[in-house]
Amino acid sequence: MNAIVMTPRDIAAARLYRRRRLVNIFAIGLACAAAVFGLAFLGWILWTLLSKGLAHLSLSLFTQDQPPPLEAGGLRNAIVGSLMMCGMGVAIGTPLGIAAGTWLAEVGNHRKLGTVVRFVNDILLSAPSIVLGLFVYAAFVMQTGGNFSAIGGALALAFIVLPVVVRTTDEMLRLVPVQMREAALSLGVPQWKVTMQVLYRSALPGIVTGVLLALARISGETAPLLFTAFGNEFFSLDVTGAMSAVPLVMYKFAGSGYENWEHLAWAGALLVTLFVLAVSLVARTLLLRNKISND
Amino acid sequence: MTHLTRIDAMNDARLAVAASVRDAILPTDAPVKIAARDLNFWYDRFHAVKHINLEVPEKRVTALIGPSGCGKSTLLRVFNRIYALYPKLEAKGEVLLDGENILDPKYPMNRLRSKVGMVFQKPVPFPMTIYENVAYGIRHHEKLNKADLDARVELALRQAALWDEVKDKLKESGLGLSGGQQQRLCIARAVALKPDVLLLDEPTSALDPISTSRIEQLVEELKRDFTIMIVTHNMQQAARVSDYTAFMYLGDLVEHGATEQIFSNPVKQQTEDYITGRFG
Amino acid sequence: MNNHIVKSYDDEQRVLLDELIRMGHMSVAQLEAALDVVERRDDKAAERVIGNDDAIDALEQQVNHDVIRLIRRGPLAGDLRVILAALRVASDIERIGDLAANIAKRSMALNLAPPLPHTRGLDALGRMAARQVREVLEAYVQRDGEAALRVRASDAELDTLYTGLFRELLTYMMEDARAITPCTHLLFMAKNLERIGDHATNIAENVWFLIHGEELMPPRDKRDESSTTVV
Repeated sequence: MNAIVMTPRDIAAARLYRRRRLVNIFAIGLACAAAVFGLAFLGWILWTLLSKGLAHLSLSLFTQDQPPPLEAGGLRNAIVGSLMMCGMGVAIGTPLGIAAGTWLAEVGNHRKLGTVVRFVNDILLSAPSIVLGLFVYAAFVMQTGGNFSAIGGALALAFIVLPVVVRTTDEMLRLVPVQMREAALSLGVPQWKVTMQVLYRSALPGIVTGVLLALARISGETAPLLFTAFGNEFFSLDVTGAMSAVPLVMYKFAGSGYENWEHLAWAGALLVTLFVLAVSLVARTLLLRNKISND
Repeated sequence: MTHLTRIDAMNDARLAVAASVRDAILPTDAPVKIAARDLNFWYDRFHAVKHINLEVPEKRVTALIGPSGCGKSTLLRVFNRIYALYPKLEAKGEVLLDGENILDPKYPMNRLRSKVGMVFQKPVPFPMTIYENVAYGIRHHEKLNKADLDARVELALRQAALWDEVKDKLKESGLGLSGGQQQRLCIARAVALKPDVLLLDEPTSALDPISTSRIEQLVEELKRDFTIMIVTHNMQQAARVSDYTAFMYLGDLVEHGATEQIFSNPVKQQTEDYITGRFG
Repeated sequence: MNNHIVKSYDDEQRVLLDELIRMGHMSVAQLEAALDVVERRDDKAAERVIGNDDAIDALEQQVNHDVIRLIRRGPLAGDLRVILAALRVASDIERIGDLAANIAKRSMALNLAPPLPHTRGLDALGRMAARQVREVLEAYVQRDGEAALRVRASDAELDTLYTGLFRELLTYMMEDARAITPCTHLLFMAKNLERIGDHATNIAENVWFLIHGEELMPPRDKRDESSTTVV
């Protein structure tokens, strides 16, 4: 076998290549370390949640109401309250969000007003949730005579859902190829029918995913509920009155010093986390299935 | 004597051949279906289509060719006023369909949409079943019972040379078809409304060569019933498929005539340069 | 005219033209050599002329091959006419070469008989034919339509000359029976020269087609009356 002859150019190139390889390895190493760092904390959080909360997950969690300190109890009223307010929040925020997102994608897309609305929506999207809660407190709770209510809580949550759904709807609709719009319109079908029958059908999986992600987010929100729903020690289905929610209970129980309360707080934390995980998984599978069928 | 009369006869025959080639600049055999008269188009302030006078004969294929940005797609899209969806786009002049100016705001859009159909470069079947894709437009314009609608859908799919391939899966999603089939589905969708005119905007540029050939065969069949305008950046395709060709450059109509003449002996040097790949 | 955007397209067209030019020169040389051979009554030279015809045939094959290569580019308009003209012209030139070689071949038969005065007439006919071929090839290379028309028009003159020679040879044969064999060969050689003239006219018509994309009008004036000549 002949020996490979290295010209001076080869040697210089090899040196450069070696240096590049080292830089590459270093950079990848740093990136991996950062990822591991982040994941480690995530793992730690999950581990803590599981170790502290799993032991206290029991049927009584779902059958008994919030107890006074030092007594046994559950989170039934909080769970019911959370479900109701999240449901209402999504029910209020979603139709408004889809309507606004549709306007943005179809009408406002080429207009200056559309740019403005998108910008405002993005601000709302990143507004601190406590600010939204305070707003609902001032604009709704105070106006109804300082009466805390589940409706108020739902409103505050709706304000969190709204910009998410607007953004998702807008982007999903804009992903629909312009030729599909034009093809439908050139058949003579009016704009509103095109939107409802063609465009929504195309964008629907994406929009649903957006709604689910919004749901996952609001299920863990505490601050907006503080001044609106306020919390309720007793089981209640009355939406015009104060209502409990799992995060509110967690806020009250954790750090209180009472052992059973703290156990319930951990159980609640684990519950919320599992709920968010489940919803996110559903959203992700939906998106994946949609992507596969569209390719 | 017979020697000389034979020469005369040959002479006449040769003159006749020359005349038919030279004079076939504008269609003489078919009536004019659509005509653009001093048509101008602006994208905001950009003058994209300049003073176009073009006559498109009935039940023939007219190809629009030209380099990118010459205005051929823009011109096509004026013929069904699809540009009206977007702000800052303006057309001035006349487009006469069967003698009526479709750019007139008083011309009913519904009539335009049912007379002029369009197929786009990217096959875009609706996210519905194959049957629904074809029936969608029909449903909007006509009230038909199920049997009639079925018949119309079948007719459209047959005209698009797709019936045999999909007749057993009409209830399946249109998105499950191959690219070439999807494009034929889009053609079926357009012909389902029984329009007079079909506008094809680079219908095969996203397809593989076999699908392209199928669609070209389809165009030859369709021209028996429809007036067809096809925009293509593939000159060979224009030479194969069309009866008349219009060459555009930077918004101007440089030359328009019988395809035979444009592709064997064009009048303008610019046309010759573009066709033989010497442009610029 | 602008160049093609793809440079190899221009290169291939130039190669084709060069081959045709070479073929043309060779065929003219063959024709003049054949006429020379008849004058000098040189058998060896005649055999050389016959042998050289293979080279022209080989070039025609090459032209065919190159035209197929160019066809693959899907030529249109002017480019299409270039290759159509090239095919036809190559065929005509190849025939001219064959006819010239045939003249050389017949000269060997002619040399078996005593020299005839009519070879001078043949020579004049031949020089005119050679001039036609040279001029039409120049017209092809220069894309000169007017020159092509001139060649086409002067074919009438060639035909007249040929008819005259034809009559002369017939008359001579009637006078002296011993002259029949050599005169017959001369007749065929004269006919070959007249055919060469026709091929030159074909090339002229192709040059016109190449430039203008249409057939030549009016039909050409054929003055070859040998088919009806009676003495």
